[in-house]
Amino acid sequence: MTDKVVQPTGQFRFESVPAVRESLRSVDYLADEGISGVVYLAERLGKPVLIEGPAGTGKTELAKSVARMTNSRLIRLQCYEGLDESKALYEWNYKKQLLRIQAQRVVEESGTTWTDIEEDIFSEEFLLTRPLLEAIRADEPVVLLIDEVDRVEVETEALLLEILSDYQVSIPELGTVTANQIPLVFLTSNNTRELSEALKRRCLYLHLDYPDLEREKEIVLTRVPDIRDSLADQIVRIVRSLRTLELKKHPSVSETLDWARTLVLLGVDSIGAEDATATLHILLKYQSDIQKAAKELSVASGA
Amino acid sequence: MLDVLTGFIGELRAAGLPVSLTEDIDAMEAVRHIPIEDREAFKYALAATLVKSNSHWRAFETIFDVYFSLRGPQFAISDGEEEASPEEQVAAMAGMEGEEGRRAGGGMEGMTPEELAEILYRALQRDDQAMMRAIARESVTRYAGMEPGRPVGGTYYLYRTLRNLDLEGLLARLMESAAQEVEGGLTPLEERLTRDEYEIRIDQLRKEVEAEIRRRLVADRGAEAMAKTLRKPLPENVDFMHATRDELVSLRRAIHPLTRKLAVRLARKRRHGRKGPLDFRNTVRHSLSYGGVPAEPKFRYPRPSKPEIFVVADISGSVAAFARFTLHLVHAISSQFSRVRSFVFVDGIDEVTRYFEGVEDITDAIHRVNTEADVIWVDGHSDYGHAFEVFWERWGREVSPKTSVLLLGDARNNYHASQAWVLKELRKKARHVFWLNPEPRSYWDTGDSIVGEYAAHCDGVFECRNLKQLERFVEELA
Repeated sequence: MTDKVVQPTGQFRFESVPAVRESLRSVDYLADEGISGVVYLAERLGKPVLIEGPAGTGKTELAKSVARMTNSRLIRLQCYEGLDESKALYEWNYKKQLLRIQAQRVVEESGTTWTDIEEDIFSEEFLLTRPLLEAIRADEPVVLLIDEVDRVEVETEALLLEILSDYQVSIPELGTVTANQIPLVFLTSNNTRELSEALKRRCLYLHLDYPDLEREKEIVLTRVPDIRDSLADQIVRIVRSLRTLELKKHPSVSETLDWARTLVLLGVDSIGAEDATATLHILLKYQSDIQKAAKELSVASGA
Repeated sequence: MLDVLTGFIGELRAAGLPVSLTEDIDAMEAVRHIPIEDREAFKYALAATLVKSNSHWRAFETIFDVYFSLRGPQFAISDGEEEASPEEQVAAMAGMEGEEGRRAGGGMEGMTPEELAEILYRALQRDDQAMMRAIARESVTRYAGMEPGRPVGGTYYLYRTLRNLDLEGLLARLMESAAQEVEGGLTPLEERLTRDEYEIRIDQLRKEVEAEIRRRLVADRGAEAMAKTLRKPLPENVDFMHATRDELVSLRRAIHPLTRKLAVRLARKRRHGRKGPLDFRNTVRHSLSYGGVPAEPKFRYPRPSKPEIFVVADISGSVAAFARFTLHLVHAISSQFSRVRSFVFVDGIDEVTRYFEGVEDITDAIHRVNTEADVIWVDGHSDYGHAFEVFWERWGREVSPKTSVLLLGDARNNYHASQAWVLKELRKKARHVFWLNPEPRSYWDTGDSIVGEYAAHCDGVFECRNLKQLERFVEELA
């Protein structure tokens, strides 16, 4: 993929949906039909993917896995309140520009005019690329991850629109920088606010929810070494049961994995109610949740 | 194909999903890359391009099932036979799915209800998906009593079918036998987990039955007509007053992320307010470092005062759900107000602020409000007049110019005295008096509703029938 294709008509990295699924599995990411389907389409249509879902369901992990699977570089832009152009797109390296002008004064006799200098200091040499521009200018295939896009203000979102729909960045002094290749773009959102229509329209949408029983069990089995099948089974069942309760924060997949690792370390073979309540703080992060869950698990013991 | 897709997208729009033209084109483009015979992939391709919010997923799924049910691969051949003899199909289908299926499927139509129940029980126990599907089909044929052209909704058939299957009894039986299998019985934890497992399987069966009924209805009436009858409001548009139990559950689930979003948005609004007017003192002070030249103007940062909120809610019968959601919302974002006090009434009135204080779980607090608050005075029929009068006597003094008073209710006063003077007095003292009415505007002032009489003394009366309207109101309030 070193040839410069801007239209997504060149060779495709993935052959079919099952192929995507297989290769994701080879980098230890267990995708379901929906996930692999969307990744496949993203590549075919050359569109960014907007991933939404509760925390800890593997949104960021998906982007990382896709990068690993395609052997491409991952460029990450972590969003936060107050993120602006100079942090996300590009910035002029004005210190270097100043130096350039001063150096000019020293070699005054060379006879260059101001216009020359001006043209000179607004060239690519003095440009500091930030993640978005970097992803566009890269020659090799890259995966661009724009993490927690819901944290920026609605106005800043507009910054992303040009790059997401046309894969280009307009720099007033330089003109438009067009992508050498179409990067695979993933945006993640924790859904703390409604993203703008304009952004949503440009993206494929993927909602990542907690995985179902079999998939979660598989995830536990792949990610936690030396875990017994029966223990994994019990773990995911308890977690599923906890997720049906009304809690402040439901246990996420990563917390399930932490819990599984803990239990393996403790040498637990099968989970009794005591083991479960004693290690609940790994699954749940609020005191009120822990109390509630402990109550639920022991209420059952009274029955 | 194009026709079907266009119809499908039209239906999505009719159901309230915002599908733009570009998304439409994307969807067409997407399905070109997907092998058409792969139904799941096809579904996800459409979903990824057309549905951009998780709360719309259910609506999408229903419409998808209606539009693409008979066109799916496993039904392609049987289109014609469907109505002719469903039993044959059951046999054929079950036959395909393996040994067990063949044995049972062959004789299914001749079976007694007891035998059918027995097979269902065994299928549930072993989580035999194919068998469950076959049973779902058979029981729909047998119990639903569907007649072509009969204008009855799907829920009626669903109810009839499920009543005959006695799923609760099945669950009890399954649990019993699970307990017997293990020596010395199940530990409580295991019991809970097993119950969860069986409940999920039974739920799956229910969905299977539902899908089966839908398939037949589509065959009978055609996709377009069917989609129309299945059209359900999206969670944010569900009417509080007429929400079904399922809808209430989904509302309750929707309100939590909503409060979070609202809180974030309001906090942000406060922090990122524009710069205020010139701060003269500060500017002069800073001018000293420039030799007295006011080179650096300083501005006052606006600190919008946080309003104090008094919520006065009618919690009788029909408007209870509405009051509950409003209380929930207001208390969940109480950090955005300097103070929130809540009062509930039916014909007596009681302050319930203490239930919310120091409580982490608002649902719990609301449950306590509903059970413990002393709100009945005479007969337990709404009496706004009396409630307001008592409110004025006991708490009227505490209403200050910083207070916004929210009155929640349908103002159906059962022909008692209105005591509207209370509101008039309140309005003089308070910053705002708002009335939120969960009834549609066209019902106002009909029958015993006297909202008009109260409205004369309010700063605003709002129709607040669904989460969307409620959210908008609360955002403006803060």
